[in-house]
Amino acid sequence: ETQKANLKQNMPFTCPDLPYPHDALAAKGISKETLTFHHDKHHAGYVTKLNALTEGKADLQAKSFEELIKSEQGAIFNCAAQTWNHTFYFNCLSPNGGGEPAGALKEAIDSTFGSFEKFKEQFTAAAVGHFGSGWAWLVKGGDGKLAIVGTHDAGCPLTEGQTPILACDVWEHAYYIDFRNARPEYVKAWWNCVNWEFAAKQL
Amino acid sequence: EGFSLTEMFRIAAGVAATAAGVCLGARACYAQEPKQFPYSCPPLPYPYTALEGQGISGETLRIHHDKHHAGYVTKLNAAVEKKKELHNQTIEDLVKTQQGAIFNCAAQTYNHTFYWDSMSPAGGGEPRGKLKEKIEAQWDSVDSFKEAFTAKAASHFGSGWVWLAQRNKDGKLVIMDTHDAGCPLTDSGVTPLLACDVWEHAYYVDYRNNRPEYIKAWWNCVNWDFAAAKLQ
Repeated sequence: ETQKANLKQNMPFTCPDLPYPHDALAAKGISKETLTFHHDKHHAGYVTKLNALTEGKADLQAKSFEELIKSEQGAIFNCAAQTWNHTFYFNCLSPNGGGEPAGALKEAIDSTFGSFEKFKEQFTAAAVGHFGSGWAWLVKGGDGKLAIVGTHDAGCPLTEGQTPILACDVWEHAYYIDFRNARPEYVKAWWNCVNWEFAAKQL
Repeated sequence: EGFSLTEMFRIAAGVAATAAGVCLGARACYAQEPKQFPYSCPPLPYPYTALEGQGISGETLRIHHDKHHAGYVTKLNAAVEKKKELHNQTIEDLVKTQQGAIFNCAAQTYNHTFYWDSMSPAGGGEPRGKLKEKIEAQWDSVDSFKEAFTAKAASHFGSGWVWLAQRNKDGKLVIMDTHDAGCPLTDSGVTPLLACDVWEHAYYVDYRNNRPEYIKAWWNCVNWDFAAAKLQ
């Protein structure tokens, strides 16, 4: 999902659509209202801000989100990273998600964490325990090994040379409509939505 | 200078509320009772519904105080329980000396108590007297101070707080923001006067992503008397 601006038409960055309708995850605990605000306001809002920040800067407009994440800091980094993080996050969820992984991903999880249950426990702890705004990730490190990492605010594993496999948004806007302060309940809903097919493709 | 009718209503409401036992001015407490472990969460200085007319709902105050604020105190007590050497410390001591989870919980406890006091059902309007003079001396007008504070509050990225504070060395007023649990007490050079919570939980129930609308509501609630009482 790399994205390049078309300089000749002076097209700005655009926000990818949600991969499913806004109400697609409602039965699994993530409401239509949440996805509407989360995608149409927060996610799209980062893209709008990014366009404003890169206005008149052709060299930046020519970059992909990944390139901006690796080269920029401050407000431009925040907006590019949050755009990328959210696109990745929405792909990590699916109306057909949940259950457990299979194949190579299952084997990698079993061999790294001992069992799926242990992985689930550790990932949940990382997501629930993150203080302030941020993200919990399953990543593949530069050494090829799986790891659970947390990033703060707009932090993105791409800056550490890691390959994201799964993302869970723990900014309060991700869960406050449906769960208020009860982040653990939101993380349970997240597990019901996990898109193992997408995760397996990232491996 | 006279008071406008609106200001007279606000003052009358304040007097009535004070008579009813609700503290509007500078509470002595974040020197809380008890001062040491085990800590307790100070009650809201006003009913949950007290700020609804000014744009902050009862649901927000109930969850914000009873879940978030009280939750930090619970976690703080759990973290401090096994560390007997800290048991005689006040919340403010912990904020100044600790790091990590204990700092986060102590600071968020302090910050939220300060935040409730920074708002009032009799709040809003304009500052008066010495505080007004100092604001005007610094920002030329109360409006331009409000603009500067609002800009900082609207643009803080991620969770955090925006403060009006006073520099101890020269008495200058400053607008400062702190990230996550950051607290001005860790800077011995400043005294906080007002706090605005910009963690998403402060506004998501009432305003969803629209933080600027929440900040307008905060201005409707701002407790100038509290800030003025702390001014040196």
